[in-house]
Amino acid sequence: MSADQNSNNHDIVFTTKQLSVYYGRQLAIRDIDLSIQRHKITAIIGPSGCGKSTLLRSFNRMNELIPTARVEGQVYYNEKNIYAEGIDPVSIRRHIGMVFQKPNPFPKSIYDNVAFGARINKYQGDMDELVERSLRQAALWDEVKDKLKDSGLALSGGQQQRLCIARALATEPDVILMDEPASALDPIATLRIEELMEELKRNYTIIVVTHNMQQASRVSDMTAFLSIDRNDLEARIGILVEYGATQRMFIKPEMQETEDYITGRFG
Amino acid sequence: MQEVKRVSVREIIAERKSKKKLFGLFKLSRGKSVWENVIAVGLFACSVFTILVTLGIIITLFSETINFFSRPEVNLWDFLTGTNWRPLSSNPSPENFGVRPLIRGTLMIAFISGAVALPIGLGSAIYLSEYASEEVRKVLKPALEVLAGIPTVVYGYFAISFITPLLQRVLEDGLGIDVSFFNALSASVVVGVMIIPMVASISEDAMRAVPSSLREGAYALGATKFEVATKVVVPAALSGIIAAFILAISRAIGETMAVMIAAGATPRMTLNPLESVQTMTSFIVQVSFGDAPSGSINGQAIYAVGATLFVITFLMNIISDIVLRRFREVYE
Repeated sequence: MSADQNSNNHDIVFTTKQLSVYYGRQLAIRDIDLSIQRHKITAIIGPSGCGKSTLLRSFNRMNELIPTARVEGQVYYNEKNIYAEGIDPVSIRRHIGMVFQKPNPFPKSIYDNVAFGARINKYQGDMDELVERSLRQAALWDEVKDKLKDSGLALSGGQQQRLCIARALATEPDVILMDEPASALDPIATLRIEELMEELKRNYTIIVVTHNMQQASRVSDMTAFLSIDRNDLEARIGILVEYGATQRMFIKPEMQETEDYITGRFG
Repeated sequence: MQEVKRVSVREIIAERKSKKKLFGLFKLSRGKSVWENVIAVGLFACSVFTILVTLGIIITLFSETINFFSRPEVNLWDFLTGTNWRPLSSNPSPENFGVRPLIRGTLMIAFISGAVALPIGLGSAIYLSEYASEEVRKVLKPALEVLAGIPTVVYGYFAISFITPLLQRVLEDGLGIDVSFFNALSASVVVGVMIIPMVASISEDAMRAVPSSLREGAYALGATKFEVATKVVVPAALSGIIAAFILAISRAIGETMAVMIAAGATPRMTLNPLESVQTMTSFIVQVSFGDAPSGSINGQAIYAVGATLFVITFLMNIISDIVLRRFREVYE
């Protein structure tokens, strides 16, 4: 595990230390130590209910929207602990975009959807230019340039998801978190999202949760495999089993459990 | 497998055929027990009953209204445009039957009570839906709805025993502005309080119906709680909120008892809320309490006023219905 993480600090965006998340009394993930590399795509894979989304949501403090959630340990974003006292989660989220499992455009026009984040951040520059740039980056511009005033909900599912990506890009984030961004989409729309991720990786760091093993192996540079702690199956606690370069993980995983999962023996 | 399928299709057709339609109003099926059919007929009767009663009211209202307008002393044009309402004068003539003072009194009460209820109602809806914890909400929402259960006559006496003296102390004694004992402002304030629960409750339902995925989307873009509430949830629930406003205003227009007690009974073309005014409903009550014989001009005037009120609230209900229908289409 350590061999893959031996890059220097400048290339590390996130480091989690002993990260545990509870929902009420239920421990969801335990003692996760993980470093996320800049301008790479990191995939988080694992069976259902092992805390992949919980881990992802710890990176922008979205877990706090659930009243009973509690976080222990640290998450360093550019070497700053985002769970330290006095840190406003709102300011964290302005640097870390997020794309959800189900496309969730606002019931507003396409233009207003993209401009939303920039407006609340009091963006000073040319809004039209920002909207166009973000839509181009999300590979949606050509499809919507003539109907920017139409509702975002009038688009197809795949287009809606790219609109949500454009919306996240418009806040000019550093990192984009994606929570199974293609699981509600058909294969062609999925492929477009994957191509887009490949594009975006040049300028952004991407962390993606996926159920889809092929997707993880196709798009990601690094893979983190989470699973349920086998010593205590009843409690269903998510732990990090193995983390490393995707190629190595898929060809020669170190842990038997990883191999079992990847080859489809469980999960 | 094929055989099984064919049989089931045949069964479905057979079942369809067995369903006889009685005047197309309800489906009676042969396979079901008689009791089931009795229930269907009974429920049908219930719904017809409501419709018949409504029809009866409308027929009575409008036939008496037609009788009113066929009198030589009045005409429809002067009724709708006249600015004097003196139905009890010894000289019944068209210029004494202008309904506008009543409409103006009604709209003034509705407007001011709306100005009281809409911001407070919307504010509490936003609090309940977006800010309150589940425990707080469980206590606050029913408590708020209790306001709606207080008899309106109580509100009326609350107005003259508390709000009017308060207004007099502050405005008359403090600032030297004349405040009549019966005044529209006092009535409007209590009507406003009365309709707060309606605004809050319906708006809150509309806001809670907004999918939480939209809230998450906004939070993830770095929105604060207030921005999520005002820039995402309220706009998404806007049609429902507007429908709540319209329903509440309809209620304010139709409110009788509290207004009658607090605002008095002086039909007047005024825009001063510190004077006494008369609304359409309080005129109806005033005449009904007196001994206007049926068939007299006053006995019929209340139907004409009632019909006017009916048309106004009916239009508002239609508007709110259209708005509500749009609301259902917002996020799919």
